[in-house]
Amino acid sequence: MIPVCAEGEIAEGTAVRVDNGDRPIAVFNVDGELYAIDDTCTHQDASLAEGWLDGCTVECPLHASCFDLRTGKPTGPPAKIPVRTHSVVVRDGHIYVEQDL
Amino acid sequence: MRTVTIVGASLAGLSAARALRAQEFAGRIILVGAEEGTPYDRPPLSKDFLAGTTTADDIALTTADDKLLDIDWRLGCTAAQLDTSDRAVVLDTGEWIHTDAVVIATGARARTLPPLKNVFTLRTLDDAIALREAFASGGSVVVIGAGFIGAEVASTARTLGLHVTVVEALPTPLAGPLGTEMGRVCAALHAANGVELITGVPVERLMGTARVNAVRLADGRELHADTVVVGIGAVPNVEWLAGSGVEVNRGVVTDSRCATNIPNVVAVGDCASSFNDHAQTVIRLEHWTNALQQPRIAAATLMGRASVHAARFAVPYFWSDQYGSRLQFAGHREDGDEVEVVEGAADSSFVAVYRRGARPVAVLARDEPRAFGRWRRDLVVSEGVLS
Repeated sequence: MIPVCAEGEIAEGTAVRVDNGDRPIAVFNVDGELYAIDDTCTHQDASLAEGWLDGCTVECPLHASCFDLRTGKPTGPPAKIPVRTHSVVVRDGHIYVEQDL
Repeated sequence: MRTVTIVGASLAGLSAARALRAQEFAGRIILVGAEEGTPYDRPPLSKDFLAGTTTADDIALTTADDKLLDIDWRLGCTAAQLDTSDRAVVLDTGEWIHTDAVVIATGARARTLPPLKNVFTLRTLDDAIALREAFASGGSVVVIGAGFIGAEVASTARTLGLHVTVVEALPTPLAGPLGTEMGRVCAALHAANGVELITGVPVERLMGTARVNAVRLADGRELHADTVVVGIGAVPNVEWLAGSGVEVNRGVVTDSRCATNIPNVVAVGDCASSFNDHAQTVIRLEHWTNALQQPRIAAATLMGRASVHAARFAVPYFWSDQYGSRLQFAGHREDGDEVEVVEGAADSSFVAVYRRGARPVAVLARDEPRAFGRWRRDLVVSEGVLS
């Protein structure tokens, strides 16, 4: 499991980026629910943690591709390839990500 | 509202169809497109597609999910007339489409010079295929116009190993969108990458009988050219609206909700001159993101709702990839704004902020996506939304 941060450090409507070798992961807080997806947009190199959150959708800050945080599915162009989703575990006040291989 | 006819089947038109369905419009959607093929993404045409590193399949905009949109396609035909009294779109095939609402998304076409073999513009997939073939035979390329398209084409031609010269009539390229100071900074990328940039000299004419062989400049210079690319801007496709009663002033005039002066007729994307809440004036944007976002606002307008995204979408945004650098710009610059490099340095990666008085109004960055994102967010927040 990859440690992310203390519970409460990701404010609602924001995200945290976790360095994870060459596959960084973004963890989002949507109304108290945590979602983890690959941080790098599948269209071109950009960090989704820096994107715009709209409900369970994140919009890439570079070319506005949209992804559903729950499924990783692209929901707006130009991206057509899904991002990987990962499980989020909260244990003893800390947030961890279980990487989906 | 039972039928909506969308005229124009590129990003703006397709996005309008998607937005209508997303906003639960259950009626009939007719989508009229001048090109034979289904919608594709244009930005790669001057970059990866032109370089041959991406294919037409890769840049298709439609996905399997779009079948659910249940679109009644009319591809390979153009709208010839809008009859607002009879509520009909008349196609060049003679077909009358009776409709309750119309989305005008006819885009723009490349401004061009008199036709001559091996002189190209770049707007459509067919344009890009033809230009790619010309580049494959090598030689010297002259790019007329040092705007974003011209710069991207020059950059791609350079990576293909071609000899490239860029000619710009204005003293400083990109001075309109970026201002003189930052226009000069961005134009320096040409020389840094082995491309000669000639500024402040208009083109007098293209030389050659059947096929172009040189570009003659107003100062008498002649530049040898095997291929010429004309990148001197675009003209909105609005002629078909003549006599319709829809107000046109360069583009189709709309309010900030994309509504025209005619009820149930909205306009989006490159063909629309829309009041912009951020700029507080009417602007016609040719940005990709505008063609994606305006249709969501327009669909809400047709459905009789307010778009929750309108404030965020009001801050214009575009990017340009050239010579391995990524330029990003957000906001609206006007003459008289002060510009200051706030992070990095102008000769490498940087963030530059434009201010009107004390207020930041626009931001430009080169290879600083993270810092750029923060400044862009601040511009949006000052519009009154936090999403």
